[in-house]
Amino acid sequence: MRLVLEKRAETPFALRLLSPLLAVALTLVSAVIIFAAMGQDPLHALTVFFILPLSDSWGLQEVAVKATPLVLISVGLALCYRSNNWNIGAEGQFLVGAMAGGWLALATHGAPDGPWLMPAMLVCGALGGALFALIPALLKTRFGANEILTSLMLVYVAELLLDWLVRGPWRDPQGFNMPVTVGFEPEAIVPLLLEGGRLNIGTPIALLVVVLAAVLMGRTLKGFEIRLVGEAPRAARFAGFSADRLTWTVFAISGGLAGLAGVLEAAGTVRMLQPGISPGYGFTAIIVAFLGRLNPVGCLIAGVFLAVTFIGAENAQIMLKLPLDVTRVFQGLLLFYVLACDTLLLYRPRLVRSVAA
Amino acid sequence: MTLLEAILLTVITASTPLLIAAIGELVVEKSGVLNLGVEGMMIMGAACGIVAAIATGSGAAGVAAAVLAGMAMAAIFAALTLGLAANQVAAGLALTIFGLGLSGVVGASFVGAQRAGIGKIEIPLLSEIPFLGPVLFNQDPFVYASFALVAGVSWFLTRTRAGLVLRACGESAASAHALGYKVLRIRFFAILFGGACAGLAGAYLSLVLTPFWTSGMTAGRGWIALAIVVFASWLPWRAALGAYLFGGITILQLHAQGAGFRVPPQLMSALPYLITIVVLVLIMRLRRGGAAGPAGLGIPFVPDR
Repeated sequence: MRLVLEKRAETPFALRLLSPLLAVALTLVSAVIIFAAMGQDPLHALTVFFILPLSDSWGLQEVAVKATPLVLISVGLALCYRSNNWNIGAEGQFLVGAMAGGWLALATHGAPDGPWLMPAMLVCGALGGALFALIPALLKTRFGANEILTSLMLVYVAELLLDWLVRGPWRDPQGFNMPVTVGFEPEAIVPLLLEGGRLNIGTPIALLVVVLAAVLMGRTLKGFEIRLVGEAPRAARFAGFSADRLTWTVFAISGGLAGLAGVLEAAGTVRMLQPGISPGYGFTAIIVAFLGRLNPVGCLIAGVFLAVTFIGAENAQIMLKLPLDVTRVFQGLLLFYVLACDTLLLYRPRLVRSVAA
Repeated sequence: MTLLEAILLTVITASTPLLIAAIGELVVEKSGVLNLGVEGMMIMGAACGIVAAIATGSGAAGVAAAVLAGMAMAAIFAALTLGLAANQVAAGLALTIFGLGLSGVVGASFVGAQRAGIGKIEIPLLSEIPFLGPVLFNQDPFVYASFALVAGVSWFLTRTRAGLVLRACGESAASAHALGYKVLRIRFFAILFGGACAGLAGAYLSLVLTPFWTSGMTAGRGWIALAIVVFASWLPWRAALGAYLFGGITILQLHAQGAGFRVPPQLMSALPYLITIVVLVLIMRLRRGGAAGPAGLGIPFVPDR
């Protein structure tokens, strides 16, 4: 017996919806096995991991807080991947966004000057992220250097730059030698949505971005160009679309969104700069983008799901003494299953009896 | 031993894991498959290697476990990209994320634990060659293995029929298939070989280079190995050149810090990554549409029976 893939003439619509759900279900089954192998009661561990974060209003708010950067970044990445541009350095663009916005907050520290500051920081963050993302775009279009490798190398550079800034020139003199900047002034902090919670205006911004991206992809010529360049580059050339210009556009958009997520995290949730400002949002967003089938609305749903696993992992670390790395195991498995299930969309797998050819 | 000899010795030590991993990936890419999961396979090798070495008290068992771990990871990748024709870029990224996570879980209870060391082997006669002898022929077994891999892979790819078939799979899978070669099976073995090499490189990190296990200890070396393959234009000998170049930069950076250069240590640590970018750009400029990678690199192949 062996597995044979037969090309499908058409993909049934139900399968498009079913395939990510199947991937999630397979991940949950794997989670049960892994928990059991680690000597945990699987049902209890599953509850801690996936149900507890959704069981009270505080947990739901935390899910929204964590989902916001994931959704913002992954929507940008979806545009990139759709057009066959492999930006995997969103983590670095996120950090540069946080640094660019943080720079403005620190430069005006002690003399903040009115309500323009916070919006200006958001613009700075988005610009910083976009410019940083244009480096691999430039190297790709101008020199043909592989954008996967250059964008990833720049993540390490951004991490080290932030590390240097918060240990050196930007360190809080009263910070007991801790690698942190001063806390941002109230004018430099992103306003909260609810009194006493942690939810800030970043979440509605992310929702707005999802809507805009969905319109861009589904209803505009640019969206058509992105899909065409990705799926049929030759046809796109004949249509007069420039692949190089599009590379610049999608890298700028995705870098800008990652930078925006970074400055929102710095000025909204953390309210200062410190080395561990991102728990790997930029890399997790890659999984979000694929789980969301490179579709903005899909990214929103997938972002919420992966946010739950982030909080579930924190719960599991405290309550079950499980290492935080377990989340990354699940995230990797999830992406494996997403890719495996996506095969079902293009091919009809069949088991056939092997015969001598 | 002179200072220069000592420096060269450390350069070889820093370069060997890059070289071993790059040679493995080179074979994979020659067969037409792009496996971006080198980092993930490497760190699983590092974790399983040190766990097995501590559990059994034997360095050799550690190496064997590391190679097997790398191959097991590679088999997952092969199942996805060959069996299910999945997107190779995404599958490689998934492999890296999965490996970084799983290695953390596997190694969690071994942080800071002591391990059995792997000694150096002095090759008689050759090690007495002035200057070159002590540098090249009084080394640990991994270094010899890396020399053998470069020579062996170079010979295999250019001088053997099997190597020719493997390259054909990478240039045009459809043609190789039409000639009756089992493209998927050949690619599967190439991917397994890449996994074994990445696992071996990982074992070098946790068994020789550093005396203990830390989570995420590969620190991007798997990605640099991928860059070396591009730099090398898919030629084994040039991969060796590239690996020693990168190893040299790493060591130079350490010596510059030791010599008290007034430069932030973070800038020094960023150098290998910045140099990787610069080298990628330079090599693309030099090549100018010349010898690029295998024509079928990264394109899934589904045999129509």
